[in-house]
Parts: sequence; structure tokens; C-alpha cells
Amino acid sequence: MLTNLLDFIPELPIADAAKTFTEWMTDAFSFLFDPINKHFGDFMEFVADDLLMSIPPVIFILLVALLAFFVSGKKFGLAIFSIIGLWLIDNQGHWEDLMSTVTLVLIASLLSVIIGVPIGILMSKNKVANAVISPILDFMQTMPAFVYLIPAVAFFGIGMVPGVFASLIFATPPTVRFTNLGIRQVSKELVEAADAFGSTGRQKLFKVELPMAKTTIMAGINQTVMLALSMVVIASMIGAPGLGREVLSALQRAQVGSGFVAGIGIVILAIIIDRITQTINKKHD
Amino acid sequence: MPIIEVNQLTKVFGKNPKQAISMLNKGYAKEAILKETGSTVGVNRASFSVEPGEIFVIMGLSGSGKSTLVRLINRLIEPTAGSILIDGEDLSKMDKKSLLKVRREKLSMVFQKFGLFPHRTVLENAEFGLEIQNVSKEERRKQAIKALELVGLGDYVHQKPGQLSGGMQQRVGLARALANDPKILLMDEAFSALDPLIRKEMQDELLDLQSTMQKTILFITHDLDEALRLGDRIALMKDGAIVQIGTPEEILVNPANEYVEKFVEDVDRSKVLTAQQIMKRAETITLEKHGPRVALERMRESGTSIVFVIDNHRNLVGYVTADDASAARKKENTNLRDIIKTDVPSVEKDTTLNEIFSIIYDSPVPVAVIENGKLMGVIVRGAVIAALAGDREENK
Ligand SMILES: Nc1ncnc2c1ncn2[C@@H]1O[C@H](COP(=O)(O)OP(=O)(O)OP(=O)(O)O)[C@@H](O)[C@H]1O
Ligand SMILES: [Mg+2]
Repeated sequence: MLTNLLDFIPELPIADAAKTFTEWMTDAFSFLFDPINKHFGDFMEFVADDLLMSIPPVIFILLVALLAFFVSGKKFGLAIFSIIGLWLIDNQGHWEDLMSTVTLVLIASLLSVIIGVPIGILMSKNKVANAVISPILDFMQTMPAFVYLIPAVAFFGIGMVPGVFASLIFATPPTVRFTNLGIRQVSKELVEAADAFGSTGRQKLFKVELPMAKTTIMAGINQTVMLALSMVVIASMIGAPGLGREVLSALQRAQVGSGFVAGIGIVILAIIIDRITQTINKKHD
Repeated sequence: MPIIEVNQLTKVFGKNPKQAISMLNKGYAKEAILKETGSTVGVNRASFSVEPGEIFVIMGLSGSGKSTLVRLINRLIEPTAGSILIDGEDLSKMDKKSLLKVRREKLSMVFQKFGLFPHRTVLENAEFGLEIQNVSKEERRKQAIKALELVGLGDYVHQKPGQLSGGMQQRVGLARALANDPKILLMDEAFSALDPLIRKEMQDELLDLQSTMQKTILFITHDLDEALRLGDRIALMKDGAIVQIGTPEEILVNPANEYVEKFVEDVDRSKVLTAQQIMKRAETITLEKHGPRVALERMRESGTSIVFVIDNHRNLVGYVTADDASAARKKENTNLRDIIKTDVPSVEKDTTLNEIFSIIYDSPVPVAVIENGKLMGVIVRGAVIAALAGDREENK
């Protein structure tokens, strides 16, 4: 009886609608998507294959270790971990994959920050923007990560660019949120002090609000980078190169051993990135 | 011309200021308006003017609208109605650019919790006001260091504010406010976060600075002692309205209503009342004209046992007792000089009651009150005690 009742309503054509919409978007904006895809894709390949791969692994490892050493306040722990970890990845023959993943993460994170911080600032200053963007952010973060692959593929096909695109959608919200929060948290008296001396909005932002919100914003950026990394791995499903793809292909061929090795590589990268972005933050506490 | 002139200045917080204002004009109380409209009256038709060089204190209990009022004056809070004239220019009608200019050049603010930027050094804090005016680095360093030296922090320029004690932090706040050499200082409970000893020190220092700088200072406090120490004039606020404006004496001696009276009751009168306020007219004779005979006559008239002797220019010479005067008269001695006692206990007219007390306690004769050597009046022991007991009528 009940099942009959439910059957009474015919299946709504949501899938078709979504398809039509995406197709329309792809068509209508192909003048935008296509050149982005081409130039941006070329650029990323240049970074991954020509720029990063031209640095000998030893030099690269030492540079990372040096960075780790200085951001952690001249302590050796993270630096040593970086040397051993990165060497291990190289030793297992995954250096090129590592470089691809690093490129994707760096570019995706960078774009997220470039887009996210200004949006966060806008939300902190503007009630309407805050009311409109907040639910969008919630929505972006509640969707399962790989759902973003669908529009990414629709707009950009497969490869690095859709990977970055999906990662952008998935990883930007924390930067936006924390920027918004950080600026709102600046004590009222400090904002008043800035105003009382006759600051313009811009002076107040750059001389008081952003410096005061820095720690909070950095915490958001740390989350963004970690989300970008996880998305970049997932994006291997749509052909993004890198360590993720190794895991995926190992999965598909049930090669436990090589899947494990590539997986370890991702974990090592994740730890290094996380520690470095976090300790940069701590230093300013 | 007053440097600050505030007219019917009103601030209503909330969604329905129009209705609230019309209720205010009909005389409804703050509470009734909140109930009816949901809007809070922050400041209720405040009017006053401040002369250049004056320390004008705004005093009132918590929630009486002091902070709101002071923030209306530099428009950190937008007024709902009324006008604010700074040097004759109406701030409430100014466009953004002119407002910034006034804030940069004429008004500086000192905050209760200091409001220092923790990510900047003491020096960078002090030069903030100049920095946002795009003054050259060299010039603003120079000014900021000068201001820091003025408040005694010349050695701390490279510390972060967090490394300093509360008193020192507020000195930085003061230096920051002074660095761009404004005409007007707005100080919102600037010393309230400091412990009592430091607080007193800062009050003295402010008065010290003020005697050389001659700024116009709008000082907010909820502490009557502080208000009396600092204020040339004091405005008392209640529920957003100003209930009395006057000199410290006027407020103490003539409270406008019960609210002010309550406020005044707790004051330690011995620190506030001065010789001038409790003295009586002195019975005098003049050295050049009078002799023992007149002296005795005066004493008989006034029922006292001594008279003061002054010269033609009212300069205090000494006093004559009844015993000496009658002895001299019996001997037919008409020369006053032979019987004058010159060891008169005396105080300046602005000596405070607690200092007078120790002098009068040891003295067999009433204490003379003088100004530049001229006799102003006399204080008898009874008047001191009455004043300490708070009996105002007796003192007049
Ligand atoms: N932003 C605001 N929104 C709503 N009401 C406010 C706001 N700011 C102040 N008020 C109200 O205005 C009234 C005056 O507050 P104000 O802070 O000026 O008092 P105050 O005399 O400075 O008190 P305190 O001694 O506690 O600092 C209070 O009733 C307060 O609740
Ligand atoms: Mg206040």
C-alpha cells in the first residue's frame, strides 16, 4: 500500500536536469573554460615536469629540511623527519609522482588562499555577504569530496586542471571562515583605536585587523592545505597525476605492496606539510 | 570660543530611534522607552561646551552613557540627533574625508584597557597616528620618541606593550595620543584599570603634563575622587542625561539633586574641601589705625578672645589676645606693637582639610587663611570638625 503510494509519484528527472545544466554551463562558458584548461594545464605541467623535476632530489630534500629547521625554531626533529621521509619516497621510485602531487597541492592551496582571504575579509565587513556566503560554505563542506569531481570533469575534462578546480571548491572554505572569524575577533578597542586616530578602512585592515587575525588565518590556511592534499589524492580518479594515481592503480590491480608504498608517501608528505604550516603559525603566537 | 560644543546630542541604540526620540521629548524615562520601543537610550539630549585648556570630567555610574557620549564626540558612534561642534565645525554633518582629518589632527583618544597594538613595539604604537597620516618615517619617529620621553618611557621604545606593566602601558597609550599633537584628548576611564597607587601617580602626571601642554581634555570616570582631583569642571550623567555641570566645589557644595547628592556622599571630604571653603570672616584691626581699645571692642562684639592684626594692605601682621589687650589698656599703653603676637598659625587658601587638621590640632589659636600674605579668613576648630562630618550649611 505504502510502496504503491510512493510509486505513484514518477521519478523526478533530477539527473537529466543536472546534466542539461552542466552541459549548458560547459557550452556557454567554453570560451572561458577551454583557454583556462589549456594555458593553466600547460603551466602546471611546466611547474611539475620542468621546474620541480629540474631540481635534483638531494637539493630539494635539503631545502625542505632547511625550511623545516628554521620554521620550527631551529629544532632538528622535523628537519630529520623530512630528510628521511623524502629520501624514502625517492628511494621507492616515486619522486616524479611526489613532484606532481606537490605541484597540485601548492597551486591549489595558493589559489584557495588568494581567493579565500579576500572573500573572508568581505564577509567580515559586510553583513549581506556574510549572510549569503555562509550557507554556501556549509554546503561546500558537507558534500562528499569526490562529488566535486563531477563538475570538474564536466568543465575541464580530465587531468591536473580539474583536480585543482575540485580541490579549490573543497579546500577554500576553511581559509574563508577563519579569515572572517579572525577579523571579527579583533578586540573592539583595537578597532576603535585604529578608527579614533583617523585610519581609512584600508589602513585599519592592513595595519591592525590582518596582523591581529594572522594566527587565526594561518590556522585556516593550514586546514586548506591539508584538504587540498586530500582532494588532490582523490582527484587521481579523474586523471590527476601523482602519488594518488599510484594508490589508485595499485587498488585496481590489487597490488597491495605498491599501493602501500605510495600510501606511505602521501602520509609522509601530509605530515611534513602539516607540521611546517602549523609551526609557522606557532612562531607568531 | 569653546573648542567643543555639544548640543542636544542624543544616541538611541536599536531599530526604532524615531519613536524613542519623540518619547524622550515627551519626557519618558529610559526604562519606559526600552520597554515600549526596544531601543536603548545611550545619551539623552546632552548639551555642554568645553573651553580650550580645560579638563572637563564626565562622571556617572556604570551604564550612564559616558563611553557612548565620548564616542559620539569623535563619531566612533553615529549620533541619532544633535550636533557636535569642534572648533566651530559641525562634526555630525561632516563627510568621511573631513571627519578623518579632524580625527587625525584634532582629537586623540586614550582607552580604558589601553587599546595598544600588541604586534607593534612601543615606538610603533606611539607613531601610529602619524603613520596613518603618511608622515615620513624620520619625522614620525622623532615625534613619537619625544612623546614617549614626555611620559617617561624613553628607554622602552623597542619593547612590545605586553612586556610592560599596566601603568607603563597606559603611558604608551598617552604617548600615542600626544604624538600627533592634537588639541583635544578624549580619555575614557583611562586610569580605571590601574591599581590605586599607580592611578594616583598617573593623575598627578596628567596634571603635570597638562600644566605645560594646555590641551583640552575630556576625561571620563566613574570615580568621584578622580573627577574632583582632575576636573576643572565636572558633568554628572544619569541614564544618558547630564544632570549637573559645575566646578568641583559647586558639585560638592550644591548638589543639583538627590542623585548627585548620593554620589557626593561617599567622598572623603577631608581630601576635597579646602581652607577657603570652610573659613569664616576674620575679626581684624588695622595696625596703623587701631590700638588695644579697639581690639577689645572687636572681641566683645564678636565674642572671640583674639583679633587678627593687618596692615593697610590687608597683609597679616599677627594677632592680639584679650588678656594682653586689657593689660595694655590698664597700663594706658596705646601702642599695639607691644602686644602683637606674630607667631600666627596660617595656611594657604587651597590647603586641604586633612592638612589643616594637623595644624589646628596643635594650635591654641584659630588658623589664619592667607593668599600671598594677605589675610582671607579664619578657621576655627569647630568648623573643621563640622566640615569633616559633612555638615555643609555650617561651612558657608
Ligand atoms: N552598541 C550598543 N548597543 C546597544 N546598547 C548599547 C551599546 N553600547 C552601549 N549601550 C547601552 O547604552 C547605555 C550606556 O552605555 P555606556 O557604555 O555608554 O555606559 P558607561 O557610562 O560608559 O558605563 P561603564 O561605566 O560601564 O563603562 C547602556 O545602557 C548600554 O547598555
Ligand atoms: Mg564606559
